[in-house]
Amino acid sequence: MSILINKDTRVVTQGITGKTGQFHTKMSKEYANGANCYVAGVNPKKAGESYEGIPIFASVKEAKKQTGVNTSVIYVPPPFAATAIWEAVEAELDLVICITEGIPVRDMVEVKDKMRKAGSKTVLCGPNCPGIITPEEIKIGIMPGHIHMKGRIGVVSRSGTLTYEAVGQLSDLKLGQSTAVGIGGDPVNGLKHKDVLELFMNDPDTDAVIMIGEIGGSDEEAAAEWYARECKNKKPVVGFIAGVTAPPGKRMGHAGAIISGGKGTAQEKLAVMEACGIRTTKNPAEMGKLLKSVL
Amino acid sequence: MKIHEYQGKEILRQFGVATPRGKACFSVDEAVMAAEELGGKVWVVKAQIHAGGRGKGGGVKVAKSMDEVRQYAGQILGMQLKTHQTGPEGQKVHRLLVEEGADIRKELYLGMVVDRVTQKVCLMASSEGGMDIEEVAAHTPEKIHKVFVDPAAGLKDAEADDVARKIGVPDASVAQARSVLQGLYKAFWETDASLAEINPLILTGDGKVIALDAKMNFDSNALFRHEDIVAMRDLDEEDPAEIEASKFDLSYISLDGNIGCLVNGAGLAMATMDTIKLFGAEPANFLDVGGGATTEKVTEAFKLMLANPKVKGILVNIFGGIMKCDTIATGVVAAAREVHLSVPLVVRMRGTNEDIGKQILKDSGLPIISASDMADAAQKIVAAVSGK
Repeated sequence: MSILINKDTRVVTQGITGKTGQFHTKMSKEYANGANCYVAGVNPKKAGESYEGIPIFASVKEAKKQTGVNTSVIYVPPPFAATAIWEAVEAELDLVICITEGIPVRDMVEVKDKMRKAGSKTVLCGPNCPGIITPEEIKIGIMPGHIHMKGRIGVVSRSGTLTYEAVGQLSDLKLGQSTAVGIGGDPVNGLKHKDVLELFMNDPDTDAVIMIGEIGGSDEEAAAEWYARECKNKKPVVGFIAGVTAPPGKRMGHAGAIISGGKGTAQEKLAVMEACGIRTTKNPAEMGKLLKSVL
Repeated sequence: MKIHEYQGKEILRQFGVATPRGKACFSVDEAVMAAEELGGKVWVVKAQIHAGGRGKGGGVKVAKSMDEVRQYAGQILGMQLKTHQTGPEGQKVHRLLVEEGADIRKELYLGMVVDRVTQKVCLMASSEGGMDIEEVAAHTPEKIHKVFVDPAAGLKDAEADDVARKIGVPDASVAQARSVLQGLYKAFWETDASLAEINPLILTGDGKVIALDAKMNFDSNALFRHEDIVAMRDLDEEDPAEIEASKFDLSYISLDGNIGCLVNGAGLAMATMDTIKLFGAEPANFLDVGGGATTEKVTEAFKLMLANPKVKGILVNIFGGIMKCDTIATGVVAAAREVHLSVPLVVRMRGTNEDIGKQILKDSGLPIISASDMADAAQKIVAAVSGK
């Protein structure tokens, strides 16, 4: 078991004809069961063609009808990415993973509002995220597959390479991962830490979770408070928050990583997490060791 | 992206928000001419810099004669204006706004941001205008009224009127306040703003509702569809190093420490800075080379870091995924040679083609210190810089 995706997931790539979409679709198809999972691509102008043996359809709806896909991954350029998300939502897919970085916040506000009003059951992950991987089954996104190892630790994070860092440390300690989820660094997004934490808490094949956050917003606090209220002692969770040294008012790369109005500091987040029973470390080189110590 | 107050007011006027009449000026003579054109008996001379808190720093003066306009314009233009937002060195004033004086009966506050929890635009309004709103929020949060605006419907008449009454706008002026509130919302939405603030919004003696100040920031991801706003960018207000970095698609922010760091990925870059601090030193910068770093980009990154005279050592931390360690290693070696690197350099590399990357560093003959993990890397650079 795992969360969100497994070897039976069937994926359509939106943006399969672009350079990034092609490269990562090929890499993902070569990972574990990818050859069976990646069954469709979308480009209205190139319907009927194929890439790496993957048929291209005019729309997500058409791809779903013809191949039974239940999940989409989006590499569409930023000006068109929110429309691509909406297309996948309208096709009633279970999961949409949006990798695209640089989508205007207003576009995300609009599409999330439409999703809520339509009562959509589609789960959105991202945008501006590395994607999701269930090791040795399926990889959907841009993470390097080879650092992962199948196992029973859940990983959830807002950043890309910092997630790889945590996964690398776990694999070095022979602690495999059930699923690793990158929720992305944008202020208006889909899955939050709390949502992913809840999925891991209910997954019989996840024993413990590493939650990695960064400055800005209050998602980590919300997740920690939910954990303290609903699941303390159920499964251990450890955490790290990046940005102790970040000055207020400066956006640290990610659109969402900014301390504003004195809120969203790393110190504040770490204090709430500790108070909620989540062990934290200030040394990002020791995330794996910390997790091992609570097992 | 940030703009000046006078530019913010231009935008607000386009959306029907009343502001005092005024003119942007770049010299003392222009300021005097502007005051003469405006007429009247009272003028306000306001420094135009991107930071807030200008009044307290001496950047806003009320003039009651042409001589005073000339005197204040001369004092403010060219001064290093220090406010709580500029840092101790202050920001040099290159532009002024000269405005007609206003008859202030009451000062109110309006602000707008995208709320991450509700994922909607949040209007914040308060009767406590003119003050630091963070203070109001901390001590009397009940005095801040919030409306989460439905993105499809916009700010409704009833919502605007209700908020106007709650912040003490008298009945006779509610209709005017409504058009200000709705104008501010439309301006925010249509320009892809990330922050809009009118502090203070004033009620005048004759019942008018006027924006006496305007602060607007914009979502940099949306600038591709706002050429008019991009044209308002003032490079004098930005860190030259950050401007240079953006030309090479590097995400760079200057900080106060003495250890330069070059990392791939924003989260890992922040974590690397934190690790440097954990071992007793301070980072000189945030620098994310991104996912597609080339030799050219790495070289530019080294030049940027070394242009900062405070930098006494460099830490490179790479987690190679799609980006291969050997590519980065080649870039680091080329960069170190090109810039004749004379400060200690610690490199930590992990991931794809890690071994080839390490061999390239070793074979280069350069005095590069290799590290096994982030903590080891931070300890080694801190030790090298402090001469231990």
